[in-house]
Amino acid sequence: MSSRPRLDYRAKSHLSYFAYACHRFSGLLLACFIPLHFLMLSQSLRGAQGFEQSLALTDIWIFKFGEWALVILLAIHLAGGVRLLMIEFGPWNGLRKGWIQLSILFAIACGLLFLYFAN
Amino acid sequence: MSNTDLKVRVWRGSQEGEFVEYLVPRNPNQTVLDVVTYIQRKLDPTLSYRFACRVGMCGSCAMTVNGVARWTCRTHVSQILQGDSLEIAPLNNLPVIKDLATDMREFFNKWKGAVGFFKGNQTRHDDFAKIEPNSEERQLANAGIECIGCGVCYASCEVLEARPNYLGPAALNRAWTLTNDVRDVQQLERMRAVAGDAGCHACHSQGSCTERCPKAIEPTASIAGLKKLVARAAVRGSKWGKL
Amino acid sequence: MSAGVLQAKLWYAQRISAMVLGICVAIHLLIIFYAIRGGLSAQEILGRTQGNVLFAIFYEVFVLACFVHAPIGLANILQETFPKTEIARPLSWILALMILILGTTAVVGVYTGGQI
Repeated sequence: MSSRPRLDYRAKSHLSYFAYACHRFSGLLLACFIPLHFLMLSQSLRGAQGFEQSLALTDIWIFKFGEWALVILLAIHLAGGVRLLMIEFGPWNGLRKGWIQLSILFAIACGLLFLYFAN
Repeated sequence: MSNTDLKVRVWRGSQEGEFVEYLVPRNPNQTVLDVVTYIQRKLDPTLSYRFACRVGMCGSCAMTVNGVARWTCRTHVSQILQGDSLEIAPLNNLPVIKDLATDMREFFNKWKGAVGFFKGNQTRHDDFAKIEPNSEERQLANAGIECIGCGVCYASCEVLEARPNYLGPAALNRAWTLTNDVRDVQQLERMRAVAGDAGCHACHSQGSCTERCPKAIEPTASIAGLKKLVARAAVRGSKWGKL
Repeated sequence: MSAGVLQAKLWYAQRISAMVLGICVAIHLLIIFYAIRGGLSAQEILGRTQGNVLFAIFYEVFVLACFVHAPIGLANILQETFPKTEIARPLSWILALMILILGTTAVVGVYTGGQI
């Protein structure tokens, strides 16, 4: 005897849901990161030297990886957000699936650009 | 083509129960409704399920097939078969009465809750209302009025799991079509009904409703329309009064 | 204000702040790509931002938009993930205050470079 079945991954395996999930996940992680980001930047109140000392912390590889991941999350959230604004405020043109594909490409491009520009 | 029987797992019970497997002979051009009917007539007469027209017009036969809400009379087994098995369950988000039949009262009550019904102020003694078919409102309304209340969108919506009071895509879609009916006189009550946590702003545009609607209606569009309308009314007031 | 009107206004505020953030984030991404070339240093960052009123205004607008946008989003997620608790409002307010206070501090920090 078990409980009646509920919505599972099979009901959610479509592109628009995937876009929603990415948008929610990236938003949540960004919301967690932003206060830390501001805290780090406010170290600038210590002046250039004090700021430099705090920045040195970010040379550790896990921070570098985190920066790269955050740029990608930011790109995903931005692109997904623009898609939502188009759905909610723009002229109706379906679930904007072409835009989802563009968003994925945009996020990949940002990730690659970050790796290219960072040393 | 294989000649092995279909292995069909069917939900038996109500809120508690189990999947029972039946072996159903394969036929060309077989629909999932054919399979369910075969089980009930030949294998297990205690199976409960709903259908009516069996030709894709009434929406009564909606069930969850391999996890996805569909009209079983319009779903060919060959379309959804996984190997030689398929899984049939009642529609999600609705209480199960027995086996594959769900209690649709909350679904229809939410249509009322969203003021999804028409009320005018003309009588038989007045002239016909003259509605321009190409007017923007009429086109917006027409895009959503073919809904027959089958419940597939409601069963596909994840927001209902987290917010059981959510009015749902069908009720909100109907509300939107009436918002665009210039003859209706309940616009203020309707806006109040669809605002709030249980209303249009709970929608996250996941799009499952639009993806699954068998009549290609797009509740996501209707709900987006309601979101804008209600937000503007809340901030700037509407032509029908203050929200 | 009724619950419905509140939800409608929160939704509206979140979408308007989203439009502001769309522009801010796009510009910020460009700045990031420009700034990380050859590595990041405090001197470089402060060299750009210290005494620069335009940057200060841009980033404060950015902070204010985040202050509106993120907590409303978080409140929705918390309300749906933990519907039977009351943590959505307090946690969102905490996030809002953290963003406003830490964010403005950061803007003041990079504008003054510590020379208040």
